[in-house]
Amino acid sequence: MSDTAIKRTVMAGNEAAATAAKLARVQVIAAYPITPQTSVVEQLSAWVESGELPAEFVTVESEHSALTVCITASTVGARVFTATSANGLAYMTEQVWWAAGARLPIVMCIANRAMAAPWNVLNDQQDSMSVRDAGWIQLYCRDNQEILDTTIQAYRIAEQLHVPVMVCYDGFLLSHTVMPVEVPSAEQVDAYLPPYEPLTVVDPDDPRNIGPVTLADPRANADGVSCHGYMEVRALHQQALLGALETIPAADAEWSELTGREWGGLTWEHLLDDAEVVLVAAGSVGMQLTVAAEALREQGVKAGVLGIRSYRPFPVDALRGKLAGRKLALVFDKALSYGNEGPICGDLKAALYGQPEAPVVFGAVCGLGGRDVTVEQLNDAANRAIADLADGVTDRAADWLNLHL
Amino acid sequence: MGTRECGSPISMSKPSAGEAGRTGDWRANRPVMTAQACLAVKKGEVVCQLCWAYCPDACISRGVGPVIDMEYCKGCGICSEVCPANAIEMVPEAAHGVCNVGEGSER
Amino acid sequence: MTDSTSMVEIRWHGRGGQGAVTSAKLLAEAAFLSGWKGVTSAPSFGAERRGAPITASTRLDSEPIRIYSQVTSPDIAIVLDDSLLEVGGAATGLKPGATVIVNTTRSAAELGVAGDARVVTADVTGAAQAAGVLVGGNAIVSAAILGSIAKATGVVTMESVESAITHMFNGSAAAKNVEAARIAYECTEGAR
Ligand code: SF4
Ligand code: SF4
Repeated sequence: MSDTAIKRTVMAGNEAAATAAKLARVQVIAAYPITPQTSVVEQLSAWVESGELPAEFVTVESEHSALTVCITASTVGARVFTATSANGLAYMTEQVWWAAGARLPIVMCIANRAMAAPWNVLNDQQDSMSVRDAGWIQLYCRDNQEILDTTIQAYRIAEQLHVPVMVCYDGFLLSHTVMPVEVPSAEQVDAYLPPYEPLTVVDPDDPRNIGPVTLADPRANADGVSCHGYMEVRALHQQALLGALETIPAADAEWSELTGREWGGLTWEHLLDDAEVVLVAAGSVGMQLTVAAEALREQGVKAGVLGIRSYRPFPVDALRGKLAGRKLALVFDKALSYGNEGPICGDLKAALYGQPEAPVVFGAVCGLGGRDVTVEQLNDAANRAIADLADGVTDRAADWLNLHL
Repeated sequence: MGTRECGSPISMSKPSAGEAGRTGDWRANRPVMTAQACLAVKKGEVVCQLCWAYCPDACISRGVGPVIDMEYCKGCGICSEVCPANAIEMVPEAAHGVCNVGEGSER
Repeated sequence: MTDSTSMVEIRWHGRGGQGAVTSAKLLAEAAFLSGWKGVTSAPSFGAERRGAPITASTRLDSEPIRIYSQVTSPDIAIVLDDSLLEVGGAATGLKPGATVIVNTTRSAAELGVAGDARVVTADVTGAAQAAGVLVGGNAIVSAAILGSIAKATGVVTMESVESAITHMFNGSAAAKNVEAARIAYECTEGAR
């Protein structure tokens, strides 16, 4: 594939992710294959093998090692890429935290898949949701074009803030579904992505320990300078994540200037202006919700969609602003915080707490382990929620879609 | 369509014919055994039985010689591969001729 | 309610290992080249067990497609071998006036598909065999079937089918698969 021209073609989500990594001129790739991420790795290794992608492809024996290789390569100044799914992500969890705490701008694609047990290779978002607190930025995509564009944007965001980014997209529903994608030219991407400048360069003439034991309180170093304790490091990390609330939309806006495509920055919306009932979700189910909202409007309900693109950082202000004055927000989660509720639903309730004009928030759980989610089901769920609201219900248990228990 | 009858809070299955559905329907190639070639038949004793041991669908019963249950044989060909006497041949279920160019509408 | 009037929904019926994944991708590319703006082609989801019946979904529209669920009431059902008519549920949920394309050596009358579906038959395996598209002695219909789809439905042009095949395969494999699709085209009933 020639990189010199803009190309319109059809491709699966995994190919879009691999293509983005290639266009970003990644220098080191380390990944371990796992369904449904596998073809990302296959594609990249084929390009490295053929010489089409001048990168180091490090084959590893596990996901834990894959991310470890990325951590070390990123530390010494390489632009790195990895991808995984479900149990692979769980297996690398220790290093997921390390990559974030060491403030390494690693980009990792997650082809979202259900967690075992029981064994299941199909889609939900439990895997990435389970590491939402690890200090990575998490962006969720709704189609394959967004996967490609977001993966490129992710390098921009990550390297600006020195924070790793997960680009999450629904396994099979996007990873394996072929659809039209415009592939930007190498020129466009090069204009967008300046070469990576690492925070610290490993230099034998100026040696340092990276990520050493850091005690609770600040300490004076050998030069007598007061250095961060653990809490200061964490506070700076939190500042960086909150800073992403500006970096993410800015990166999207600049991408749009180059390509004409913008994805809404932190959130995206459909028919939201006058909506009284707002359907909320992250990922591909959001696309289906746009069809459901149109159907609800035909039925006379003023419905709209508010899509979450950035789940971490959670766009609290944007959500408060966009939901103020609405009657109902119905959140569709493809994951669960067991013993509580869907993660997006819970986070949204927390964001809206005490807001004078906040809508009632109801949750729905759908699509776990690849259970097919149809527009009809989404529509029915919205109608049930609207009926509950009309009955004066202001809080209720999550509605599990298409459950046969 | 409730699932509570299944009776357990965890997911389980039994290693038995039928757990994956009627796997006989999956078959594109069928195993055909030539009894005279089978070591068990030759000896008149329950020997070898490798096909029985290896069949992933548990659809071969031990014997002189072993018998294949075609309801559940999925046609994987493993029995044919492991048979030391080449007594099992895989043959296609359906025969195809060369497409009759131009006569399609009469089909 | 959920689909625009111009949307064409296609359901594939194949068996694990038969190449439905390749077919679905080829159809997506051919459809895109044929001018469809909205194209989604999803192979069977999950572990593909060799020989086990699988379904796959393709949607074509004049605008981008926003539905990712599986196709349950197709305008076109593509059946990669006739045994799937019974065990694969290929005839269930068809839209009124749907087209069912069956790879078979039997006639439409012999197949006896219930309902008002238009049944189009073609010996696609024979076409693949004739063109020498063989892997391990078995004829592979994944590209050849595109010829039948082009002829029977007109949702893709033969020209775009050939481009898609040439893009996906290299050298002699491309030539053989194009030939297989051409033969299948010839031995399939035409569009209405
Ligand atoms: S091992 Fe032989 S008998 Fe058993 S399923 Fe495979 S082909 Fe059939
Ligand atoms: S493996 Fe072959 S020789 Fe052995 S018992 Fe089976 S059929 Fe007979």
